[in-house]
Amino acid sequence: MNDDHTKDRLDRTRELLMRALDDELTPEEQSELDLLLADDPVLCAERERLGRLKEVTADMKLRTPPEDLWDGYWNSAYSRMERGVGWILVSFSVIVVGGWATWQFVTELIADTEMPPLIKAGILAGSLGIVILLVSVLRQRLFVKKTDPYKDIVR
Amino acid sequence: MAEATLMMRARDGDAGAFGELVRRHMRRAYFACLGLVGSHDDALDLSQEAFTRALRASSRLDPERPFYPWLYGILRRLCLNHLRDGRSRREKLVEAGAWLQDEARDRASRSNPARTAERDELRLRVATAIQALPPIQREVLVLREFEGLRYREIAELLEVPEGTVMSRLYAARNGLAAALGDDL
Repeated sequence: MNDDHTKDRLDRTRELLMRALDDELTPEEQSELDLLLADDPVLCAERERLGRLKEVTADMKLRTPPEDLWDGYWNSAYSRMERGVGWILVSFSVIVVGGWATWQFVTELIADTEMPPLIKAGILAGSLGIVILLVSVLRQRLFVKKTDPYKDIVR
Repeated sequence: MAEATLMMRARDGDAGAFGELVRRHMRRAYFACLGLVGSHDDALDLSQEAFTRALRASSRLDPERPFYPWLYGILRRLCLNHLRDGRSRREKLVEAGAWLQDEARDRASRSNPARTAERDELRLRVATAIQALPPIQREVLVLREFEGLRYREIAELLEVPEGTVMSRLYAARNGLAAALGDDL
């Protein structure tokens, strides 16, 4: 109970400090903070320290890029999307054509009466192995992407 | 044209209307990314990527709500994932703190050139210390200090209570003050 009370008081004090630094205090909150500061030299020192920090950061701003960057901004983003669509189509084509070619290769291989059966079996086993490996890697990557418990945690 | 009208048109597939939304929000989106990832190149890439994802998802646009908070959700996720995956190109830029500009230094360079080196050093230390903060603290600090948003606006953007905004901001400032130490 006491711990909760202390934590609540600490949180409230920090909120008031932040509001004071950022000019978001109401008159009532200002009075509340003044009371807290009156009998707490440590809090006064912290307010001064954070006040100095505020003065430093108030002088800093994000660097503005060259103005001409904005002229081509949307075109560049749109091109990026077009390229994305292009890659999807190319990937689709590779999968369809590659699948068809593989099927042709396998059926012709099976129909080939001149090739020794052992070589045929070797080629088929190798091809099947490559397909299994690719599918396995792809499935694992998709699984990790969906279930990674740390995906929203930043190092 | 009103934003809601543009959003309605964009939702119906009007690329021109979406382009106008981009033009209205591109600067803010870029700076939001810059504050989070600390690199011009990454900020440009990520903000543009956010707009392309927004365009792909434009059928889900709700004209009754403002566009930017929706976009910011996409931006934020992209930036945090980018930092998490360690793909950032910011390392060498952090050393130069190039993403941050010190107005006091710029003023001093005209009236007191000797002070510019001192301010350069301070800017570098501030930039490095901000980059070292956990991203959720850095985000709140950037939104408050560099974008000048009020607590209520930050809370709405991040969809968290105002109390959370203030506690993150306190943690960020405390961390920053500790990192700067004698410079304060």
